[in-house]
Amino acid sequence: MDMEAAKLIGAGLAAIGAGLASIGVGNVFGSFLGSALRNPGAADGQQGRLFIGFAAAELLGLLAFLVAVILIFVA
Amino acid sequence: MSGETAKVDPMHQFTIEPLLGATWDVAGFNIAFTNSALWMLITAVVLWLFMLGGMRRELVPGRWQMTVETFTGFIDDMLEANVGKEGRKYVPYIFSLFMFILFANLLGLLPLPLAMVGIHAFTFTSHFTITGILAIMSFSIVLLVGFWKHKLHFFSLFIPHGTPLPMIPLIFLVELFSFLVRPFSLGLRLFVAMMAGHVLLEILASFIIDSTNAGAGWGALIGIPSFALMLAICALEILVAGIQAYVFALLSSLYINDAENLH
Repeated sequence: MDMEAAKLIGAGLAAIGAGLASIGVGNVFGSFLGSALRNPGAADGQQGRLFIGFAAAELLGLLAFLVAVILIFVA
Repeated sequence: MSGETAKVDPMHQFTIEPLLGATWDVAGFNIAFTNSALWMLITAVVLWLFMLGGMRRELVPGRWQMTVETFTGFIDDMLEANVGKEGRKYVPYIFSLFMFILFANLLGLLPLPLAMVGIHAFTFTSHFTITGILAIMSFSIVLLVGFWKHKLHFFSLFIPHGTPLPMIPLIFLVELFSFLVRPFSLGLRLFVAMMAGHVLLEILASFIIDSTNAGAGWGALIGIPSFALMLAICALEILVAGIQAYVFALLSSLYINDAENLH
């Protein structure tokens, strides 16, 4: 298999990480919404932590995209 | 018409072009005024005018002043919640950081109608050099404050309370490594979020153009849903612009809290 084809296949495989990240991000927001509906008064105070959790989950998904981009354009 | 369609290059929108002549050399470094620098200047001017409009100090604030006060109050509250009473002294830095990144992200989404002559809105935060420098600035403040305030006791940040003695070396190394990755992750998060959004928009736009070039039927079948998706993704990108600016400022203030209050 020549190098170019292998790189592009690798990039496609790396993009699967974006789908996994969507599960992670959905988990963060879903937990927040589920517990916010049980205790609405406490929800506004925790919004900061919601976005911290979102940022962490999103970053790891973006790392998968980064690997794909490196494979296509850099390596 | 030929069946050959030009290969879509979604990365072309990120090229940095010198505007007034290709090389202004100072000591071997090219400091030409680029489109990236132009958009940083535009962002700074727009931000400055925005703040000026809100600083007229009316007793009953109008809408503009309310907006500016909403932003300042928001950052003030965020720093007080995350850092505590000493957080007030970081408000200028975190506020400037947040507003600059927010305006940069939003101005990059402007649909300037001059794209055909090569003038397009440029998101300078979609380059890792820029976001990396912003992250290094935040991280340097963390290190400076940490070592100035706590001297060598700062290293106790890496050993959480109550770790059993045999695990301390390993935990120290793991915590140290995760601390050193922080500026990299700060810059990377903003950079990739901005770049991915703009690449997606360009790919969708290329669908519209290529499908319309292939005939009116294809244009209606593929172009119209792509256009609707572009509208939705643009709305999402505005949200992401705000969220990424907020997350950058929030994490910077959290890291400053680590330096100020150790645990």
